[in-house]
Order: sequence, then structure tokens, then C-alpha cells
Amino acid sequence: MIHIKREFNFMGARRIAAIISIVLLLVSIGSLAINGLKLGLDFTGGSLVEVTYERPVELEDVRSQLRAGGYGDAVVQTFGSANDILIRLGEAHDPQLGQKILEVLQQDADAGVTLRRNEFVGSQVGEELREQGGLGLLVALIMVMIYLAFRFQFKFSVGAVLALAHDVIIVLGFFSLMQIDFDLTVLAALLAVIGYSLNDTIVVYDRIRENFRILRVSEPVEILNTSLNQTLSRTIVTSLTTMLVLVVLAIFGGEMIYGFAIALLAGVIIGTYSSVYVAGNILLLLKVTREDLIPPPPKEEEEEELVP
Amino acid sequence: MLNRYPLWKNLLIVMVLVIAGIYAAPNLYPEDYAVQISGSRAIHQVDDRVMAQSVSLLEQEGISFKSAELENEAGMIRFDSSDAQLRARAALTRGLGENYVVAMNLAPTTPDWLTALGARPMTLGLDLRGGVHFLMEVDTDQAVAQRLEVYASDIRTTLREQRIRYRSVDLDDSGRLIVRFADAEARDQAQSRLRRDYQEFAFESAQQDDAWFLHVTLNEQSVREIEDYAIQQNLTTLRNRVNELGVAEPLVQRQGRNRIVVQLPGIQDAAAAKRVIGQTANLEFRLEAMSDASRAATEVFQFRNDPDRRATLERDIIITGSSVANANATFDENGMPQVSITLDARGGQMMSRVTRNAIQRRMAVVFVEHKTRTVTERIDGEMVERRIPYTEKRLISLATIQSVLGNQFRITGLDSPRESSELALLLRAGALAAPIYFVEERTIGPSLGAANIEMGVTSVKIGFALVLVFMALFYRVFGLLANVALTLNLVMIMAVMSMLGATLTLPGIAGIVLTVGMAVDANVLIFERIKEELRSGAPVQSAIHSGFSRAFSTILDANVTTLIAAVILFAMGTGPVKGFAVTLSVGIVTSMFAALVITRALVNLTYGGRKLQKLGL
Repeated sequence: MIHIKREFNFMGARRIAAIISIVLLLVSIGSLAINGLKLGLDFTGGSLVEVTYERPVELEDVRSQLRAGGYGDAVVQTFGSANDILIRLGEAHDPQLGQKILEVLQQDADAGVTLRRNEFVGSQVGEELREQGGLGLLVALIMVMIYLAFRFQFKFSVGAVLALAHDVIIVLGFFSLMQIDFDLTVLAALLAVIGYSLNDTIVVYDRIRENFRILRVSEPVEILNTSLNQTLSRTIVTSLTTMLVLVVLAIFGGEMIYGFAIALLAGVIIGTYSSVYVAGNILLLLKVTREDLIPPPPKEEEEEELVP
Repeated sequence: MLNRYPLWKNLLIVMVLVIAGIYAAPNLYPEDYAVQISGSRAIHQVDDRVMAQSVSLLEQEGISFKSAELENEAGMIRFDSSDAQLRARAALTRGLGENYVVAMNLAPTTPDWLTALGARPMTLGLDLRGGVHFLMEVDTDQAVAQRLEVYASDIRTTLREQRIRYRSVDLDDSGRLIVRFADAEARDQAQSRLRRDYQEFAFESAQQDDAWFLHVTLNEQSVREIEDYAIQQNLTTLRNRVNELGVAEPLVQRQGRNRIVVQLPGIQDAAAAKRVIGQTANLEFRLEAMSDASRAATEVFQFRNDPDRRATLERDIIITGSSVANANATFDENGMPQVSITLDARGGQMMSRVTRNAIQRRMAVVFVEHKTRTVTERIDGEMVERRIPYTEKRLISLATIQSVLGNQFRITGLDSPRESSELALLLRAGALAAPIYFVEERTIGPSLGAANIEMGVTSVKIGFALVLVFMALFYRVFGLLANVALTLNLVMIMAVMSMLGATLTLPGIAGIVLTVGMAVDANVLIFERIKEELRSGAPVQSAIHSGFSRAFSTILDANVTTLIAAVILFAMGTGPVKGFAVTLSVGIVTSMFAALVITRALVNLTYGGRKLQKLGL
């Protein structure tokens, strides 16, 4: 059993935290600017063929076979196991490509190669998905900001959304640095990160709002510290269970879900950090005061009614 | 009394859970490998005779099956293994002939009493069951151009009938019809006449040297109408074609402004499916040109099955294949193959108007195929894909008109019964109103689908088990209560997904796993609050009470914001991403219910109304 009795002075470390965040952000943005994201097939367009062999094959054999078949520019890699081979081709290929590739590989009669997956995405579709994805992220951020401004207060909504943008940029930076394929499922994961990280931030903010009303200390720093300490064990327990299932997903979920699990894992770690250090920090920068939350809406009575 | 639910509330919860249990139950029954037999056309019904024939075919081949029965006018034969299913499909396709379509399927084994209640298992997405996914783009510009061609010949006819002399009517690259006249008077006359006949046109006059022009353009609304019509028509045609393929539970749906998505579960031969679906052919009916016709009004075509043979046809199109309402391969009095055609009202009018003056002349059926070459060019240092469309037109029949044709007539002079039945099929299934291009294609093999399911289910099991153990260790009695609620939460997610008829995809399973992790959150918030209350010296019962009520607004805010993200994900996403959004949204709602209502009820039942000094927390 974990009993957290000590009061941590989270806000005392806020300068160090700010430096860490700024460094992480700069590294992420730098990597995004220099390396860019390794966009997956969904966003670049092109062809992808996944085949499985009855026994492990040498990548070099597959490459030379493809070269002989006229596909010298194919990128060949294993996918999960040595029997599974993933072949990717550039943008400008026709939809029939997958079938042709399979025919080339099947010329070696005793190879026992079967098609697992064949995907073709036109370059225009890729571009649209890219735009739609970016737009989706933006719309999600704006909607959340509006909801929070309505439920809390403007400063809180700015704080939550900045903390969120912080998380999203760093997860993107992580993908850019590690050069992990960024495809539609990873984008979905990124949107889930938004949900998760918000969840975390809001739990903390909720406590801060409450404490501003009931605690008779005037220093915002103290109120933030108290709130963070009060929610700390919840933050740890929830992050742990979520990370637990994500690690399981990354290990047992298979290759197709690996990027998704990794993105969420990165998102949960950074989201937990940001709800403790970044979200509160921004509130202090915005000079949050008790007056911001006054007059308080008549919440208490209403709550009693709503609780089932 | 504090922390007691009234009886009705407990009963309500039990009722919700019973309903959830019933609707989640079908997912526990594994699906059978099956083949589905259906008639390729209305006249070929699957009946007991066909079923008996199928059964004897299977017995001959020595393929064992679990059951063979008629369900909703389709034969369903179930097998133990996918191997038996594959062999059976091959044997039945061979044995039953072309009149019946044999499709591979996964048949639910839901017991009858559950089916009677409307309960059914979740549909599996293509990534879990294997199949083909196509995304096609409809070339609406071509549809407009085709319509303009028809307008061009209408205009020629009108001008001829009104004895207004014109030099030519042509379609230019920017979608304008250019009518050329020898003098200004004829042009003005034509303009006022056409203005009266065609509301959908905008006119513009021009003059160059000694030629006078009338530029005719379609207005915005008509263009939009033509585009919409083309897409609707293409949807219908694609549905017909997919039906000819014989796929169980296909999906043909419009996506966005000019795209159509087609999903064919269980199909492995993507190339064959594509040949049938992507056939971008249309038909044109034209008269053979008179020997004295001017060069400008005629066009020479090759025959499709004999490129050396040619015929000269009039440029004017009488009708296109889209006017055909029905077509059947039949035989005439002399036993020669023919195709009986029924036209729609407008097509019938056009046909009788033209053929009235053309008896004993010959009418041709032209097969028009839109094809594309894809070339890659370097523009501004970037590789850009460009499609160059071109059209191939070939004659498939040339037959003498015996009498005035109305909306019913026959095409004779066909070489063989095979030719007549192919032509009838093409006319019946309908031609595409506009060419289509494949812009996305995904084929998922059945082995990958099975592997994905297995990995997904394994992750759910392990992740779930770990969370249960963690909660029990950390919160003891309360942890166990939360675990019961979590399990019921999983049942509710399955039930809601099944009731919605939602499709379960691989990211969807990931969404369930994630929900399991996050569903704990609401419980944790409540339990931590109760602990706090206890630490600040509140009596046990009131600590429980205020723990729940104080955590409520936090839980609500946190979940509503996550729900906003999930809903946007659903609205903007496609395919697998949508599947993830659905499970995430459903999971958020059910986990709130589980934590706030079910856990509360369990806590109440365990601790409510008793005098306690300590809590197992």
C-alpha cells in the first residue's frame, strides 16, 4: 500500500519544470522541422504489400527478387516476425501493384508465400487525410477550450489547452525523433491522448477551483500545491493502470497496433507530467486569483440533486 | 438512511444489467465458417431442390458439413473449418452453375431465443475478418461532358427542325458547347429559339472573322444536378455489380462529395472483384450513317470482336445505356439469340422519334469504355501523379430496324447465346454514368484477420486481468467492488456496440483496452475522496456519501471533455479510426454509469445502513 503522507512542493520546482518543458518542446519542434514525421502509407499515398512466408526468409533474397522483377525502389522490411515481410513502394504506382508484386515473389515456386495485406492509397487521398487529421486536432482543441471556458473560467481553459498543445507537440516530436511510422491509427491515438491528458488536467483544475473557494490561504502557489498533493495518489493510480494496459497492448497487440500503443504510452507519460507541472504553472503565469472564480455558481445544492 | 438505495433503484440497475447481458451474449457464440447460396437473378430462387443438389454435391466431394438450411431465401451451409469452407465453395460454384452465386460467409451461431429478442453479435470490420476495401472517385467532369454531348445532338436536331442553318456544334475543353454559324442572323435566331427550349443554359455571342459563334454553358445548378445524378447512378450500378459478385454483407456507400466506398468481406481475389466492379463501360445507340452523309456528321468505329471490320455511324447519339430499364437474353422465332430491351420513358420517346424515319436502316450498339493511363511527371521538383483519361469506343452490334421502336425493342444479329446474355447482363446491371478511379484499395487476407482478432482478444484479457489484480491489491474490499463494476462495464460496452450494430475493428479493440484502463479512473477518484474524508475525521457513512457526491463534478467534467475529443474523432475520421471513436465514446458513457451507479449500489449493499468504525480501503 502506498500512503503518501509527505507534502510535495511541486510548485517550488516550477522553474526547473518550465525549463524541462521548454527544452522538450524545442527538441520536438526542431526534430519536426528537420526530420519531419515519418508519415505512413495513409498520409503519403503509395502501395504496401504484406506477405507471409512458410519459413523465415532473408530480406536480401526478397530484395533481389523484387529488383529482378523491376521494383528496385521497393523498401523491404520484416513486420513482427522473420516470416512476415512488408514491402513499401513510392507514391506513383498503380493500384494493381500489390497483385503484381505477389506474382513476382511467387515465381519462386517452393517459397510458399501468401498475401496477408495489400494496400494502395492514392496520393490525393493521402493529402486529404493529412489535412483532415490536422483539422480534427484543431477542432478538438477549440471545442474543448470552449467547454472549459464555460465550465471553469477563461484562464483555466487557456491553461488546459496550452498544456494539451504541449503534450501533443512532444508526442509528435517523439514520433519524429524515433522515426516511427505515423499513420491513421497513430493519429487516433493522438486524439485519445488529447482526451486522456485533458482528463488529468481537469481533475487537478477541479481541485484547484474547489480549494480557491474553501481554503483560507491567499497565495495561489500554496493552493496549487495543496491541490496537486490531494490529487497525487489518484494521478498515480490512474496513470499506472492505463500504462499497464498500454504496455500489454504494445506487447501482445501485434504490429498493426504497436504504433498506437506507443503513441498513447508516450502521451500518458507526458500527460501525467504536464497535469502536475505544466497546467498549474500556466495558471500561475496567467496570475490566477480567487476573484477569477467569484461569484461562484450555486453549485453545491445542484450537485446533491444530480448525484444518483 | 444514509447510503441505502431505494428498492426501485436497485431493481432498475439489475434490469439494465440483465438487458446488457442479453444483448452482449451473442458475442460469446463463435461464428461458423459457412457458404451462402443465393440466386443470381430473381427467377433463380434457392429452394429445397437446390439445397438437396448442394448437399449431394458436397457428399460426392466428401466434404463434411454441420448443417444446411434455408434462411431468408438463401441457402446457408455451415462447416467446421475454413478449409472445408474453401473446398465447398469451389465444388458448389462448379456444380450449381452460373445461375447461383456461392459466397463465403461467417455465420453467427446465436441461439434462436436470443435472435428473437433482436440480439446479434457485433459485426467484425475488414481488418478482423479479411476482405477487400475500395475507395473510388467518380469523375464527375466526365459525366458533365457526356451530358453535354447529348445536348449537342439535341441542339443539332432542334436547329435542323427549325431550319436554322449552322456550321457545327462542338464541345470544347472548358465544358462549353460552341455552335458555329455562317451569319449573325442565323445565330440570333438560334439563340432566341434555344433560350426558350433550354432554361439550364447561359448564352454568349462571339464573332471571329466571318464566323459567328454562340457559346453555350450549363449553369451551376444543372452541373451540380448532373454530378449528383452521376454519383447516385454509379452507386446503383455498383450495388448491382456487387450483387452479381455474390458477397455476403457488402457495403456500398457514398463518401464525401464524389467518392464511393465499397467493402467486400470475405473476398480474397481483389483483382477479380475489381474487374467486375471497375468495369467503366457504357453503351450508345446510334444510327448507321447514310452513304451520302457528310464527313462532319459521321464517325467510323471498329467492331469489338473483329477489329478489321468497320462501320460508319452518325455522330448523333439516340440514347445511352443509362436509359435502359431492363434487358433479357432471349431467342427469336427462328431460335436466334437476341436481347429484349425495355427503355425508360424518356429513352422510349427518343427512340421512337428517331426510328420513325429510319426503318430498314441499321442501328448500332457502341461499347464505350473509359480508361486511364497514369503517368508521373516532375513538376517544380516534385513527383506528381497525373491521370490521363482516354475513351475507347467499339461496336458490339449492328442490326436492321424492322419497325418503329418504342420503349420495348430487341437487338438481333448477335453471334451466340453467350454474347446475348453478356450484353443483357451489362445493360441490366447498368453502366456507370461516369468513369470511376480507384484511389484507395486495401486487401486483408483471412489469416491476418484471424491473427488480429486473436491478438486483440489476448490483449483485452491480459490487460483486464492486470487491472483487476492491481485494484484488488490497492483498494481491497472497495477494489473488489470496483472490479465487479469494471467487469459489468465490459459487458455493457459489448451490449451497446451490438445494439448499435457498430463494427468492431482492430483500433476498436484497442479502444476497449484503453477504456478498461481509464474506466478505473472514476472509481479511483471516488475512493481517494472517501479516504480524504476519513482522514479529515468524518464518520464512515458520511465519508462514503460525500466521497461520491464530491467526486461527481470532477468525473463529469473529465469525461465530457474526453467525449468531445471522441465525437470529433468520429466526425472527422474514416474506417478504422471511426471504429476506435465509437468504442471510446461508448466506453466513456458506460464507465461513468458503472462507477457512479453500479459501484455505488455495491458499496451501499456492502456497507450501507450499518454502524462502522473502519472501512476496508
